[in-house]
Amino acid sequence: MRKACCIFFVTLFLLSCSSENKNDEDEYTATPLALNIPALFETSILPPVIPADNPQTVEGVALGKKLFFDSILSRDNTLACGDCHRPENAFSDPRQFSVGIIGEEGFRNSMPLQNLAFNFREKFNWDGSANSLEDQMFEPVTNPIEMNNTWPNVESTLQQNNEYPQLFENAFGTTVIDSTLVTKAISQFVRTLISGNSKFDKFVNDSGTLTPQEENGLNVFLDESRGDCFHCHGLPSSPLWTDNAFHNNGLDATITDRGLGNVTGDPREFGLFKSPSLRNLAYTAPYMHDGRFTTLEEVINHYSEGLVFSETIDPLMKAVNQGGVQLTESDKADLKAFLLTLSEPEFTTNPDFQK
Amino acid sequence: MAFLAIAACNSDDDNNTLQENVNVVFNFTQNWNGDEIKNSDYQTTAYVNANGESITLSKINYLVSDITFTSTEDGTVYNSEDYNLVLAREGENVTFLPNIKIPQGNYTVSFTFGFDDEDNDKENGYPDLNSQDGFWNVPAPLGGGYHFQRIEGTYVNNNSETTNFQFHTVRANKHTTLPPGSGTLEELRDTSFKVNLGEVTIRNNMTVEVKANIAEWFKNPVTWNLNTRYQVLMPNFQAQLDMNANGASVFSLGEITQQEL
Repeated sequence: MRKACCIFFVTLFLLSCSSENKNDEDEYTATPLALNIPALFETSILPPVIPADNPQTVEGVALGKKLFFDSILSRDNTLACGDCHRPENAFSDPRQFSVGIIGEEGFRNSMPLQNLAFNFREKFNWDGSANSLEDQMFEPVTNPIEMNNTWPNVESTLQQNNEYPQLFENAFGTTVIDSTLVTKAISQFVRTLISGNSKFDKFVNDSGTLTPQEENGLNVFLDESRGDCFHCHGLPSSPLWTDNAFHNNGLDATITDRGLGNVTGDPREFGLFKSPSLRNLAYTAPYMHDGRFTTLEEVINHYSEGLVFSETIDPLMKAVNQGGVQLTESDKADLKAFLLTLSEPEFTTNPDFQK
Repeated sequence: MAFLAIAACNSDDDNNTLQENVNVVFNFTQNWNGDEIKNSDYQTTAYVNANGESITLSKINYLVSDITFTSTEDGTVYNSEDYNLVLAREGENVTFLPNIKIPQGNYTVSFTFGFDDEDNDKENGYPDLNSQDGFWNVPAPLGGGYHFQRIEGTYVNNNSETTNFQFHTVRANKHTTLPPGSGTLEELRDTSFKVNLGEVTIRNNMTVEVKANIAEWFKNPVTWNLNTRYQVLMPNFQAQLDMNANGASVFSLGEITQQEL
């Protein structure tokens, strides 16, 4: 009998262990959500970058969207991500520099948020200072001239909120809120911000046409002797319209903002900034990393006759000694017309992307 | 028991040597007339080309495809039918393992510089190359397909001005009028070329070095004058033919190393 009891308890213990292990293995899983990837992207470029530890889910995206538009992340509850990344501006800021909660301006223009799931090298920000989308989300919350908060304070505030613990439970299976889960949720939402249905996309998909002026603008864009825009900004078979790489595009003879070089410490990378996508230019003025140009005409004029030499200027910049390739006024107008075909009005009004 | 295990291992090794096909690793290196081009040399080290022009290099990227092993014993051809984009400055893809295993033995080893027409015109293209930094594909008005090579940097021109150059190698495309546009394309000519590295005895765990002497692109048989040919070379038909000719002496077989098991 004693032996039988012993066996019983050992069996019970093993069952108990087995039960606990089973609970550990039965991790909460939210509802998977596939990204809405345009057919052209599916066939022509690599699949999106989605970290194995942060899959897209219905609940995660919903939480991320709420956090993105909620000023609760800022120290004084006055500034949300969406205030400097506005949907109507393709998630950029029409101001040259965004203004943080203490009233101080930043020193770089707010980047648009679009197709970031396809940033294959995963270098984010104008200067490549973030190594993943999740990594990027950490910085603005604590930056003194942005949200000026602390992560412990954010976590505490969210934890005490009436709604958020349940939303985190829904998204990640825990009511214990931490900074990692906050950045994961916002990243999930940002990955859904895909733009791939512009007038030009419809032209490529044989469901739309271009005007003769827009078609000539495309020729200027693709012509090495005129625009040669494609080596940095892509072409119809590479539909992101950015190489997600870093270049010195001849803006300044003296480099004051070191850009990528400030991150890497390599003098050969002083003054290099990420090529922005040319999608949705109709909504993302002002242009360049410091928002110095307010119109597309100014941008085109820069490449046509405004280039200046500096030590790290990209070799793709042509005729620098003459200021650029000296486009005709007609080619400039055509190039602008083509560039605007890459804008997608529906991207700025998509209900899934609104507050 | 231990004795049996050791004996079994030895037996397995013997079988590997006799029967199993092997992979061969390729290591792509770059030099300027024998001087290794290291990351620290980009944008800093000045080289003098055959035409006497002082140049610095910012980028050396090139595409190789169809690494092929032809048996010198029975003529059997093993073609890996894959490709590798070497990003020399970044040190990316400088080591490449072709997707093929071959029997150990004596082979003539060769590869294609760039893509031949069949590969260049593959339907739907190559998503990985379409996603590359700097865009590897070629605009449709120039005949489409892909770059074979991008060498970029600066040179000092005849007016003593530091000037950017783009030595971009693509399939030669001839136009009725320039600039290229809709309907201007008159002729496409395949300017990829086969590089024969010579005979190699293939054993297990072997690495074959492929050396690229970048100076040769500017030297032989055409002495390249950067003052007249420094940009807009993609739609320059004759420039592409001359690159094709100069490329013949760029690549050579380097060290062959075998790792100890």
